[in-house]
Amino acid sequence: MLSIKNLQVSVEEKPILKGLNLEVKPGEIHAIMGPNGSGKSTLAHVLSGREGYSVDAGSAQYKGLDLLDMAPEIRAREGMFLAFQYPIEIPGVNNTSFLKKALNEIRKHRGEEELDAIDFLSLIKKQMKLVEMKEELLKRPVNQGFSGGEKKRNEILQMAVLNPTLAILDETDSGLDIDALRIVAGGVNKLRSADNSFVVITHYQRLLDYIVPDFVHVLSNGQIIKSGTKELALELEERGYDWLLEEAESKA
Amino acid sequence: MIDKNNKIAQNNDENIAMSDEQQTIQNITDQDYKYGFVTDIEMEEFPKGLDENIVIMISAKKNEPEFMTEWRLKAYRHWRKQKEPKWPKLEYSEVEYEDLYYYAAPKKDGPKSLDEVDPELLKTFDKLGVPLEERELLAGVAVDAVIDSVSVATTFKGKLGELGIIFCPISEAIREHPDLVKKYLGTVVPYTDNFYATLNSAVFSDGSFVYIPPGVRCPMELSSYFRINASKTGQFERTLIVADKGSYVSYLEGCTAPMRDENQLHAAVVELIALDDAEIKYSTVQNWYAGNKEGVGGIFNFVTKRGLCSGKNSKISWTQVETGSAITWKYPSCILKGDNSVGEFYSVALTNNYQQADTGTKMIHQGKNTRSLIISKGISAGKSNNAYRGLVKVNSKSENARNYSQCDSLLIGDQCGAHTYPYLEIENPTAQVEHEATTSKVSEDQIFYLNQRGISTEDAVGMIVSGYAREVFQQLPMEFAVEAQALMSVSLEGSVG
Repeated sequence: MLSIKNLQVSVEEKPILKGLNLEVKPGEIHAIMGPNGSGKSTLAHVLSGREGYSVDAGSAQYKGLDLLDMAPEIRAREGMFLAFQYPIEIPGVNNTSFLKKALNEIRKHRGEEELDAIDFLSLIKKQMKLVEMKEELLKRPVNQGFSGGEKKRNEILQMAVLNPTLAILDETDSGLDIDALRIVAGGVNKLRSADNSFVVITHYQRLLDYIVPDFVHVLSNGQIIKSGTKELALELEERGYDWLLEEAESKA
Repeated sequence: MIDKNNKIAQNNDENIAMSDEQQTIQNITDQDYKYGFVTDIEMEEFPKGLDENIVIMISAKKNEPEFMTEWRLKAYRHWRKQKEPKWPKLEYSEVEYEDLYYYAAPKKDGPKSLDEVDPELLKTFDKLGVPLEERELLAGVAVDAVIDSVSVATTFKGKLGELGIIFCPISEAIREHPDLVKKYLGTVVPYTDNFYATLNSAVFSDGSFVYIPPGVRCPMELSSYFRINASKTGQFERTLIVADKGSYVSYLEGCTAPMRDENQLHAAVVELIALDDAEIKYSTVQNWYAGNKEGVGGIFNFVTKRGLCSGKNSKISWTQVETGSAITWKYPSCILKGDNSVGEFYSVALTNNYQQADTGTKMIHQGKNTRSLIISKGISAGKSNNAYRGLVKVNSKSENARNYSQCDSLLIGDQCGAHTYPYLEIENPTAQVEHEATTSKVSEDQIFYLNQRGISTEDAVGMIVSGYAREVFQQLPMEFAVEAQALMSVSLEGSVG
């Protein structure tokens, strides 16, 4: 599904990712944890094709395609989805018509027929139940006037409707109260299947109580310094990151 | 908004020089003139420049009654004393008025078929979904039989006629309904109004005339597009719409497809009159040729549009989507004379590449309890300049006048300009006037967000801009609104990324 080899990325000539390796297979959930400034969000942005990052070395293959060579909208149409840490407001653009347009772009790319308004509405109403979102939010402009929790739920709703093969969740848990966290995680769990994969970026272990990962990676200073299973996350919760950082330093 | 200083007569030397030249032209044209009224003058032979004889010939060609010829001549004489206004925030090369043709452009070698038309233009037609049969017409291909809309228009005419509605070319109205024309023409935009309106009054080619009888609600959107297809109205369009007591009409002008025209200068005049309890809704989509990406060519569009709410409880609402023309100079305005009358102005003005727009409105409150609303959305991209210029005036006798103005500017890229010139003249202490203004940019975050959902950058910009201008699009009739949104994306092509 996703194969990242020796990825080195800089922003304005400052190296952020310094040789990152990651293998994600279909059906797997990978959690990426790490202290602030370790490069977690940079990884999410580079994978989804955001401008302003320079790839200095390495490669990233997605479904066998050269990911880094594709325009962001093509990556999206190929089934890659980024749940934003800070979802963007788009004044005046109706939430429903935005999502319909997005879905139909993806369907067109796959050679499928576009959904008409009626079919689309029944799909979106079904998926809204996953995230327990108020129907009223569909009529509003994209993310405008949404609370922090509503924005995050709206991201998960979009994910549910677009049904990606690879979803990257960038600190989706930040700023969520425990109920919202449970709802968002519940949405992810229902979408989970043998064919799709998730990369869950998070600062805290608590999200992983609800979304149980197959693998946990610790990112520090632009590299993955430790990989393990969900038990690693629990250990981090207990002991913090410092012991790992020291361990990594002594190795280097 | 008339530049009064410029109305002062030109210096004498120039006048003398002019009259010498006029004399010469007159001598030449006099010869044609003797036969000219009856024989069909070949357009190629119609002389350049403007003098009284040309005005008389235009009037005669249209078999106009004498009052009309006189009116045109008065306008012409007045125009000679005027200078082009220089106050707008516009830069363009001088228009050589003596080098223009005022009756009809001479036949040039237009494209013989769509094969000869600029492929870029054809691509745009594709994107806008313009029906095949209309493409030839819009591209200026000489077609003899003009499409289905003629018969459509005829069908409409019959239906409207049963209700007593008059909807016809203004040239026809001048002949068939001279009393109505005489009563209303020039009452809102007098021939002395401003340089361009005065020129239009002297030489206007054609346009629409609409009269809605008392108590009648016009059952369909009236569109000038049907009629323009049947006969080109050309560069000096003149439209007059009268809504009699208690009537209602919605009128659409223009179309979203880009229109080519050989004439660089356009100076149209539109007058609206709403009597007691009447309502007029006037919507425009203007997409004249804007010139190429380097700013070469394109239409100079100097338009005077004004509505008079003459009766109590009357309402006039202007909605405009301006995306075309190299130069746009246009201030659709409302004179709120009747008590409780309402004026509205909704505008989207989009400029790209080297386009320039200086547009806005005037709301003149004269009656009691009059209300006005201004929603202006400017969008600048490329190296273009976009100015909002608006006046809210409350006369001393206008008790309890209300105005709300919102002027927003959206910038795309960092080489364009947005300017706002709001003027307020309040002479009555009971007035309540509110003004809000914002300037924003299309952010890379927004574009990336939409990209990440599978939407191309071009579509993303189109969506963001349409969202920004939504309040205005909502005012347009449904079908028009959909087309206008598509037009946003096409007009902004290449402005991002």
